Amino acid sequence: MAACGLLRSLSSNFFTVLPLLNRSVTLSPLRLASTPYFGRTITTSSRVTADLKFTDKHEWIRVEDDGNGTIGISKFAQEALGDVVYCGLPEVGTQLAQQDEFGALESVKAASELYSPLTGEVVEVNTLLADNPGLVNKSCYTDGWLMKMTIGNPAELDALMDEAAYDRYIRSIED
Amino acid sequence: MMWARLLVGVGGSGLWLRASRDLRGLLRVGGAACVGRRQASSGEECPVKGHCTEALKKTPLFDFHREQGGKMVGFAGWSMPVQYKDSHIASHMHTREHCSIFDVSHMLQTKVHGKDRVKFMESLVVGDIAELKDNQGTLSLFTTEKGGIIDDLIVTRTDQGYLYVVSNAGCADKDSARMKARLAEFKAAGLDVDMEFLDEALIAVQGPSMAQVLQQGLKEDLSKLTFMNSTLATVFGIPGCRVTRCGYTGEDGVEISVPASRVVELTEKLLSHSEVKLAGLGSRDSLRLEAGLCLYGNDIDETTTPVEGTLVWTIGKRRRQTKDFPGADIIVPQIKAKTARKRVGLVSTGPPVRQHTPILSPDGKVIGEVTSGCPSPCLKKNIAMGYVDSAFAKNGTAIQVEVRKKAVPATVSKMPFVPTNYYSG
Repeated sequence: MAACGLLRSLSSNFFTVLPLLNRSVTLSPLRLASTPYFGRTITTSSRVTADLKFTDKHEWIRVEDDGNGTIGISKFAQEALGDVVYCGLPEVGTQLAQQDEFGALESVKAASELYSPLTGEVVEVNTLLADNPGLVNKSCYTDGWLMKMTIGNPAELDALMDEAAYDRYIRSIED
Repeated sequence: MMWARLLVGVGGSGLWLRASRDLRGLLRVGGAACVGRRQASSGEECPVKGHCTEALKKTPLFDFHREQGGKMVGFAGWSMPVQYKDSHIASHMHTREHCSIFDVSHMLQTKVHGKDRVKFMESLVVGDIAELKDNQGTLSLFTTEKGGIIDDLIVTRTDQGYLYVVSNAGCADKDSARMKARLAEFKAAGLDVDMEFLDEALIAVQGPSMAQVLQQGLKEDLSKLTFMNSTLATVFGIPGCRVTRCGYTGEDGVEISVPASRVVELTEKLLSHSEVKLAGLGSRDSLRLEAGLCLYGNDIDETTTPVEGTLVWTIGKRRRQTKDFPGADIIVPQIKAKTARKRVGLVSTGPPVRQHTPILSPDGKVIGEVTSGCPSPCLKKNIAMGYVDSAFAKNGTAIQVEVRKKAVPATVSKMPFVPTNYYSG
């Protein structure tokens, strides 16, 4: 994977104290992130986010070894939302078509619906979020995952954005 | 997450902003987009499409807010910080545990002078202003002839020959028009009243460590200034300030009216204390809701009477007899007769309850509507205010709220939801 651990194309508006990282370091989005700076995203490459595909609605999906997909929201989304205090998630067994609304996340001052990145069936929901909704903010790509689903139509993945495309997308909507 | 609905119900018109259909809308309301590309010399334009049509006004702290990482939003015609670098919850809890500064310069500050100033004020509000002691203030209400609430405000009877009045930014135009019209009537009748709208900045310093921080900058003994009392003072070397022990958070706190040219200096002095942080409109709203305080435009407005609004205590004992305030003929009989609906607090768990959420009886009939609601950072439950049919208004009554088309149990609750800490000496 390209330049793993190197910081990518930071605009001069970013202030950052991110260290130069090499492959042997275990990378977590938290260590890569500077203090969240509303409206800006730190563009990074990491082993965590490089595996993900993104929707234009700021969800990500990671295909697991068992062929199912894990779904969450992006760092950009959790920063915009603020401290998540409530996660409304679907029941296991729910059938979803791509773009179906499957739940909602709420912060003190904002609410946001969640839309399924793919067609499939919900096989697991992150029960830790009931008591610890803040995981979505603290660890949006790992511990703050929302749900897992079967991938009914793998071709749908091809239409989703990879990390580079998603970074470009974010920058385009910020402008 | 297609679009995030940013719920900014923080005063005045009680805005409920629906962001445009992608997250961009949220960003534009809350973040860099609102100020990033405009180094405008005169009024910022609010770039949210269809949101504000006029340029936003700036308080004397505007540049300072941005330097401090404030995320600016348009609110009641002003560009105000909704939060800074800390998260909403962190800022909220810091106020409850330490001390926060809020810029409230957008609110209208008025001085009423003249021998007949009390009579003038009483012709507009429901309270016993004449009975106020020197330098004592009270929450009061401007009312309409139909008994509705025009605004809530604080009136302080200073020992300087004037009444000092603070009212909501979102009602500034209608309040000032109403006061000016009444002033003209009084002058025409040969009475001695005059009014001036102040240019001073206003900052609120709220939280348990306020006194320890502020005392360092005051000659006056803060321990003698009790809740709802006011004094002129030199604060951290800045003369001509008015310090009033009041606020909108439920914590011990003050509001300091300070010359606009020196408010940045005062704010920086206060911030140099490690106890003190800046806080924005976001946490201001969750703090006041926990304290059970109404937000004009959401919880009270011209369609609600003080009795429906559970604000009977604001109606002066003498005024109930003399019935000499606007709408008295409608409001006073309601005190005995009761009203069909009442403002209550409610608590629930599960999905957060927000403005406009329907309130249902246990058997599913609509009995009211939520006017303000948010997850409580202190209680980790959902709190809300709303109006319900009076039959359901007793504390402890089991009700339901309809959230995302599902009925969720809730309970009518007394307010404040979180105990207050007003300083009584």
